[in-house]
Amino acid sequence: MAATLPASMSTPTPIAKPRPQPPERRRVAPWADSLFALLAHASAWLTLLLLVGIIASLLVGAAPAIKEFGLGFLWSTAWDPVQEKFGGLVMIYGTLMTSFIALLIAVPVSFGIALFLTEMSPGWLKRPLGTAIELLAAVPSIVYGMWGLLVFSPILSTWVQQPLQKLLKGVPVLETFVSGAPVGIGILSAGIILAIMIIPFIASVMRDVFEVTPAMLKESAYGLGATTWEVVFKVVLPYTKAGVVGGIMLGLGRALGETMAVTFVIGNFNQLNSLSLFEAANSITSALANEFAEAGEGLHQASLIYLGLVLFFITFVVLALSKLLLARLKKNEGARA
Amino acid sequence: MSTTNTAAIPAAAAFTPQQQAARLVMHRRRKRINVVALTLALSAMAFGVFWLVWILVETVRLGLGGLSLAVFTEMTPPPQAETGGLANAIFGSLMMAGLATLLGTPIGVMAGVYLAEYGQKSWLGHATRFINDILLSAPSIVIGLFIYSTVVARFKSFSAIAGVLALALIVIPVVIRTTENMLSLIPNALREAAYALGTPKWKVIASVTLKSARAGVITGILLAVARISGETAPLLFTALSNQFWTSDLREPMASLPVTIFKFAMSPYENWQQLAWAGVFLITLGVLALNIAARVFFRNKH
Repeated sequence: MAATLPASMSTPTPIAKPRPQPPERRRVAPWADSLFALLAHASAWLTLLLLVGIIASLLVGAAPAIKEFGLGFLWSTAWDPVQEKFGGLVMIYGTLMTSFIALLIAVPVSFGIALFLTEMSPGWLKRPLGTAIELLAAVPSIVYGMWGLLVFSPILSTWVQQPLQKLLKGVPVLETFVSGAPVGIGILSAGIILAIMIIPFIASVMRDVFEVTPAMLKESAYGLGATTWEVVFKVVLPYTKAGVVGGIMLGLGRALGETMAVTFVIGNFNQLNSLSLFEAANSITSALANEFAEAGEGLHQASLIYLGLVLFFITFVVLALSKLLLARLKKNEGARA
Repeated sequence: MSTTNTAAIPAAAAFTPQQQAARLVMHRRRKRINVVALTLALSAMAFGVFWLVWILVETVRLGLGGLSLAVFTEMTPPPQAETGGLANAIFGSLMMAGLATLLGTPIGVMAGVYLAEYGQKSWLGHATRFINDILLSAPSIVIGLFIYSTVVARFKSFSAIAGVLALALIVIPVVIRTTENMLSLIPNALREAAYALGTPKWKVIASVTLKSARAGVITGILLAVARISGETAPLLFTALSNQFWTSDLREPMASLPVTIFKFAMSPYENWQQLAWAGVFLITLGVLALNIAARVFFRNKH
């Protein structure tokens, strides 16, 4: 930073005969530099402290529940605010299951979209289609939720659930998977809405990492007579493996933490008696959204915060992994270029 | 991109008829797999666009049905009332999103400046970048929990201030990310030229680098506004909601997303209709902000 000080350059050279001192340049606001640096540093520290603060406040808030139930909270299905018995298994199952269904749908579709956008689409279509997919990511989740509840679930019920129930009537195991009131609300519809929500995230990461594949690699494969599919599956995909997995993890992180879209369509009913995909269930986020504001202080609230802590822990791990994988891809890219 | 290897056929003389037949079978199989895969990719693309169109069409159709002047002038009604609007919710949303942006932007920009200009290589820089990426996609409801236990629980009341703080915490990571990305695109020669003139560092950043990255930074802020204007989860137990008009930040304040949540889940016809109108307004606003951010960014670059 010394180079920026005009004062350090004004020392007179001893060789020449004494000249009058050059006029002293007044530094404009000498404190401004340190103040600016201080502000920048403080803001960075604030971001770090934010994370520490979130973890600490969740730990403090959940402390009564942690003390009372310990880790057994994670595999107990009781949720009884009257008797003050709480366990998080129902919600944790709901969160994991909906996210799993969402990934099951979203990953192949996003891969297809990325393949289309990078290898098949004519040049003039690339941009508008890419923008459309990114706009899908910008639509607020409450819109998905409301659309899911009022438009999508009746359709799901009439065209999927009821025919399936008719078809599988009497089939021993499969029947239980489709049981439930024919309203189209439950784990499956939450999973589908989540899938629609995370497709844009995964697809745009996949498209971006597919585009970093060196053209030379692809051209060589094409030159050997490989088909488009073979180029993508055997050259592009292995090259971008880490990035693709990172993108999927990013989508998973979104799905796990999504609140509104899930709350609308999951049914908010605490049960794990039936593993049916169409039975109303609950997830961590929807339990928080529905119960937290009304929960009395004490064990009920602490248990909900405990759930929040579990959610934060899961998403933290998933997002950290995704970040590391994406960073690894970037490093490899630098090494090979 | 047709890569059929017709040139290789003359060389086939070297193969026995059986080998030649096997080669052709293999070739056809590969072609078939390719066609199937590409068809699936095409349908995946159609699948993605299909949802976007369907959601938008339904939102416009049902939203326009509920839209009227009263939506902007009247307060949220009780169930089954004849009239009513969303005026207090719209005002609350604008107010909280506006204040949160004002609060979050300077912090986000300064932290972005730190990452791009001061701490590229330092441990604090690496840590902040990593944490910021986590915060960027952390569940927003957890942010709500954090503000609840630090602000609401302490002051024993839900308040708009808490809502503003929660939204500001969502603005910060978005702005940090775009500011850093945009600043690192500025060529170093520009900085060096300014330093060579004896400009102090803060002035170089403020009037050279930040100024040339202005379009990108503003784009980031617009995207952050778009993000928070649709956020519901962090407001549920911070700002709560309010049936009446209030501009007092110490009281619970209505917001569009929370009102939509309440109204859409209710069985009342008039509430549901207002919820659709609200969803239409939010979607319109968010998409307009996103498109504005894109157009703005493209014009400047």
